[in-house]
Amino acid sequence: MDLLSILRIAMRALSRNKMRSALTMLGIIIGVGAVIAMVGVGQGASKQVQDQISAMGSNMLFVSNGTVNRGGLRLGWGQTKTLVYDDMKAIVQQAPAVKEAAPGSSTTAQVVFGDDNWFTNVQGTEPQYFDIRSWPMQEGVSFTESDVTSAADVAVIGATVRQNLFGAEEPLGQTVRISNLPFKVVGVLSTKGQSAAMGQDQDDVIFVPITTLQKKLTGEPWLRYIVVSAVSKDATYAAQEEITALLRDRHRIRPGQDDDFMVRNLADVAQLADQSSRVMTMLLASIAGVSLIVGGIGIMNIMLVSVTERTREIGVRMAIGATEEDVQRQFLIEAVVLSLMGGAAGIFFGVGSSLIISKLLGWAVLVSPLAIVAAVIFSAGVGVFFGFYPARKAARLDPIEALRFE
Amino acid sequence: MAAITHSELIEQAGLGELSRPVIRVEDVHKYYDLGESKVHALRGVSVEIAGGEFVAIMGASGSGKSTFMNLLGCLDKPSSGRYLLDGTDVSQRDKKALAAIRNRKLGFVFQGFNLLSRTTALENVELPTLYARLPKQERLQRAQEALQLVGLADRMEHFPSQLSGGQQQRVAIARALVNRPSILLADEPTGNLDSRTSVEIMQIFQTLNEGGLTIVLVTHEPDIARFAKRTIVFRDGKIRRDEPVKERPRAAELLKTMPTVED
Repeated sequence: MDLLSILRIAMRALSRNKMRSALTMLGIIIGVGAVIAMVGVGQGASKQVQDQISAMGSNMLFVSNGTVNRGGLRLGWGQTKTLVYDDMKAIVQQAPAVKEAAPGSSTTAQVVFGDDNWFTNVQGTEPQYFDIRSWPMQEGVSFTESDVTSAADVAVIGATVRQNLFGAEEPLGQTVRISNLPFKVVGVLSTKGQSAAMGQDQDDVIFVPITTLQKKLTGEPWLRYIVVSAVSKDATYAAQEEITALLRDRHRIRPGQDDDFMVRNLADVAQLADQSSRVMTMLLASIAGVSLIVGGIGIMNIMLVSVTERTREIGVRMAIGATEEDVQRQFLIEAVVLSLMGGAAGIFFGVGSSLIISKLLGWAVLVSPLAIVAAVIFSAGVGVFFGFYPARKAARLDPIEALRFE
Repeated sequence: MAAITHSELIEQAGLGELSRPVIRVEDVHKYYDLGESKVHALRGVSVEIAGGEFVAIMGASGSGKSTFMNLLGCLDKPSSGRYLLDGTDVSQRDKKALAAIRNRKLGFVFQGFNLLSRTTALENVELPTLYARLPKQERLQRAQEALQLVGLADRMEHFPSQLSGGQQQRVAIARALVNRPSILLADEPTGNLDSRTSVEIMQIFQTLNEGGLTIVLVTHEPDIARFAKRTIVFRDGKIRRDEPVKERPRAAELLKTMPTVED
């Protein structure tokens, strides 16, 4: 029997019980829709993380103080005080894979403007920092090299600080008090958002020249960190090795001894974040996949009912010359038609609910064509898999028994 | 050989078929194994039915006539013995081969019509040609011809629920004929019909038989059996009587004397 005739017969059989077919399809619709929407959510999250990481500066490395072992007592990360300004200079000059580097130190302080005050993070650095982190000013300018040299009392404020201290007021040229010292605001940074790795608000920060911070705010001569940009994305690992070798040499660490610093490569962080969002996507997709399987069981159930109901019809078909394969194919195609129609409707449902999720929850949802294709193939597969047993049962019927069936 | 024309060959073949039995059953036994008890449904049946015959098979229930019909219809295989259909032994063929034989050589008519509901008369009749994998154009043409033959040319697009019992049975006969079988097998075809409609169905059978079709009919009504040319009576799994019908009535003439529905 040709495929077109079988399809017509299948459509007629399904339309005989419209409500039943629709409800059975609903299982597949929900399954396929859930797979598409969940994969969309997962991939959207993954893309968001990727974007955030590349916004952080994709070629970036982060050198910080390491752990130290003092007579068997191991302290946490960032406890050593061996990272100094000259280390930064040496990295720029001696590591060929490094393009730029900026020193960094930090403290927290109460910042006051007029009647408002705000507790925030104060970072000391040099102007190239903003370049390395690809973080442009929204208004005004960064402090300059000469500000650093002269330890000037100037500040660049993050978007969160601006909002909390100034509200609608113009911050440029105003004077804020950081730990009671007056600083002139020269620039306002653009919004950076939450950090991908830690989830903290990167805009809740004030930047001042490193020299100002060290001399007037903390009194610490050492650095808390050095941010480094590699010459290219591929060079980050080379830069990591060069910096490690260089700093071990400068800090006179003997072979076999632990580093007193830590070099983190943002490519590693990106990979980690990517991996975790991949796991999330898989998790969501497999939960949605379970609902697709449940939908498949619904198809199997209804096909079994259908075979029993149509036993006599099967007997007639066999008597007039249908082979076992003919009968089996007929019921199998019926199941596949059911699941494919459910799959097609499920695509609309999935894409629609993805749009609703992204609108209502503000999540980035990425509906990939691959997920749609996979969902359709999978739903056809569900039809074949769960339709096979009922179809086999129909084909195995004894025509004499089937004809006698009431 | 060269002197014989094509048409002569066909004629010879046709004559040959008439002289040769279409159905030849040799010492057939059939057992059913029902767990503890064994049922011996057919106990050595031998019969020959020639091309163009019209045979009525009679017998009480449990006499073995249904089992015999299932064997003739290639729906079942004999436990022992041989069944030759058109000269070839079909008693031990596999299921797929039997399905093909049922499709091409046999036509079935059942007591309960067994039409597919929500399927038009034309599509019901077309069904066997689908399984014969005939081209679409020929399928349609054959189905229309078959319906014309049973006088339902004006009911092709009707659904079974829109047809009377007699009309439904005529659709079933058209379905049985659409693949041009050698034998028409009818199992109590008038069992669900009133007496006038039953005679109408027998009239169709007689007309088809006059056209050369071999018909085997199972019935328990002697009034119906007498329209056939030969009756075979089964009892206890064996043939008890096998005789030609005397004073066979013509269904067409009998119909004229019968009251119509309007009367």
